Amino acid sequence: MSIEIPREEYLFSGHTGCPGCGAVLAMRHVLKGLGDKTVVAIPACCWSIIAGAFPYATLNVPLMHCAFETGAATAAGIKAALEIRGDTETTVLAWAGDGGTFDIGLQALSGAAERNDDIIFICYDNEAYMNTGIQRSSATPWKTWTSTTPANTPKETPKKDIVATMMAHHIPYIATGSVAYPADLIAKVRKAKEIRGTKFIHILIPCPPGWRHPSELTIKIARLAVLSRVFPLYEIEDGNHRVTVEPDDTRVSEYLKLQGRFRHLDETDIEVIQANVDREWSRIECLSA
Amino acid sequence: MKKVITGNHAVSYGAMLARAQVIAAYPITPQTTIVEHLADFTADGQLDARFINVESEHSAMAASVGASAAGARAFTASSSHGLALMHEMLHVAAGSRLPIVMANVNRALGTNWNLWADQTDSLSQRDTGWLQFYCESNQEALDTVIQAYRVSEQVLVPSMICLDAFFISHTAEIVDIPDKALVDSYLPECNLVYRLDPANPCTLYGVTSAEFYYEFRYKLHKAMEDAIRVAREADDEFREMFGRSYGLVEQYRMEDAELVLVTSGTAASTSRLVIDELRERGERVGMLRIRMFRPFPAEEIRNALRGAQRVAVMDRNMSPGQGGIMAQELRSALCNTPDRPPVYGFVVGLGGRDITTDVVHRVIEEALATDIPEDIIWMGVKV
Ligand SMILES: Cc1ncc(C[n+]2csc(CCOP(=O)(O)OP(=O)(O)O)c2C)c(N)n1
Ligand code: SF4
Ligand SMILES: [Mg+2]
Repeated sequence: MSIEIPREEYLFSGHTGCPGCGAVLAMRHVLKGLGDKTVVAIPACCWSIIAGAFPYATLNVPLMHCAFETGAATAAGIKAALEIRGDTETTVLAWAGDGGTFDIGLQALSGAAERNDDIIFICYDNEAYMNTGIQRSSATPWKTWTSTTPANTPKETPKKDIVATMMAHHIPYIATGSVAYPADLIAKVRKAKEIRGTKFIHILIPCPPGWRHPSELTIKIARLAVLSRVFPLYEIEDGNHRVTVEPDDTRVSEYLKLQGRFRHLDETDIEVIQANVDREWSRIECLSA
Repeated sequence: MKKVITGNHAVSYGAMLARAQVIAAYPITPQTTIVEHLADFTADGQLDARFINVESEHSAMAASVGASAAGARAFTASSSHGLALMHEMLHVAAGSRLPIVMANVNRALGTNWNLWADQTDSLSQRDTGWLQFYCESNQEALDTVIQAYRVSEQVLVPSMICLDAFFISHTAEIVDIPDKALVDSYLPECNLVYRLDPANPCTLYGVTSAEFYYEFRYKLHKAMEDAIRVAREADDEFREMFGRSYGLVEQYRMEDAELVLVTSGTAASTSRLVIDELRERGERVGMLRIRMFRPFPAEEIRNALRGAQRVAVMDRNMSPGQGGIMAQELRSALCNTPDRPPVYGFVVGLGGRDITTDVVHRVIEEALATDIPEDIIWMGVKV
């Protein structure tokens, strides 16, 4: 896909993310897609820090920091207020980590999605609670090391299927995104902006300290996740699936081996992961046919 | 226009006349009818508001915070467990300096489950940074909602209007419904300088180090102090425009009173009858009703109690391990005053147990009969 990436920047330099942070890039691309008529609500997560401590600010759109579990409810309140005050144009974006989406934020997200509140909810998913020091979340994949799932007893359960959870709410638009495919991400964000109702976008975010990889590998790892089908890029518009970036024959081991959080995996583990990824991919392919 | 309506209905009239713009709420007995009436006002065109039928009280306050931060007049209502669930967000709303107004119907907390009047729910939120008003009548509940928006929007601190479960919430009384145009001239449009506005992008409520946090807290406290003056002015102007006012505390037959009964909410109505009866017999007793609890109008209370020999506080609330909460606050307000009177802390009426004239008589008799009070005095415990 080729689209022109807007030159406008809504993310100032001087943010306080780690070198190679995928979450910073994701915000940069998303705001390019949404433009200046955007209000952002950010629950507690790495981005609470990245955005800069008082009195500094990184974003050039209105940003409200909110409580950890309240991303969706806060955004719903902002949207209602803007509308009653006569502003029907501005997009309200809730921007939450996987903890603020899959776990503590799920109730409020489910509430907003069921009401079909007119917001975009983006989950930037680094697959653990990074802000508090890499604890497991329900977005952490099977067998992953985190600080609460040590390598000798790694996580026993699979990653929660958040897209299926959101599909069960019958919202008009759901998509996955990657920092390795900015044009795809921006196109999805733009589409979401034009749709009324609750839009959900799930972005996989490599995190050098949490995933234990060198900071220069962020984009490479994000791309391998897509190509190996660990994290396929697709969208679901009114229930209709469409794959937006075709993967290739990359094996999951290519993706796993670059990350220290998977260093303890043995051959059998990797085979199980490959089989799970293959099964999930054929399901998505089938739905997209 | 006069109408016979319940206290909950009166609160919803207050929110409607104040032109609340975003209403996010979750059902809980005995609060629910407040929001139902507001839904009716919106449906029949008397109110232009957005409703967010949230999935929990936590989200009700989160949505109110978002709405207020975006510049709308936000209203919500809750009670008991709902208020307790909001606790985190009450701190957030006050720290964010948002003029949200909430009605809380005072109901006991479980367990044991109990639906009836008890002020421990809102009093245990006293340190969250909300203004708190305790109402005695349906009329006062309506008027206080309107006054609260005026005060909150001036000092940028949210307000909680508290009313006793059932004794106010579900009891019908004659209420004078103020004229809408008059309310409009009393309460100007909500116009927040700091809000989420794409034309003027700012970052709100970011991480704040010890370098600045202390000052933010200082300012919140100063705003609370300022609220005493602002609330007094708002009440005075309300009297001029609507012919009614309430004060921050109400003094009843306090002239030369030797014993002062201090209470709040509907217990004050019952107490008034007892004070009248005792005054007729020539006893020097009076009553002080605490209407504004946060900020605590300590100076006004100290002045009112000057000359009193004994102070008997009737608390329909209790902090386990300490006692009645208003008694604690009163003791702390008096402790640096020379010749302070002893404070008798009576805990009564928990979980909706009736505070009858008989109970009030016994409270006064007990305070007169004992020279040195116990820290906490229970009335009629059946164990
Ligand atoms: C109610 C509440 N519980 C816990 C916390 C502490 N906390 C802040 S951020 C965070 C983890 C955030 O994880 P996630 O949403 O995945 O975002 P990330 O930090 O990974 O970007 C936690 C546990 C909090 N702020 N509020
Ligand atoms: S811990 Fe990870 S997500 Fe958080 S700022 Fe650093 S790189 Fe970004
Ligand atoms: Mg995370």
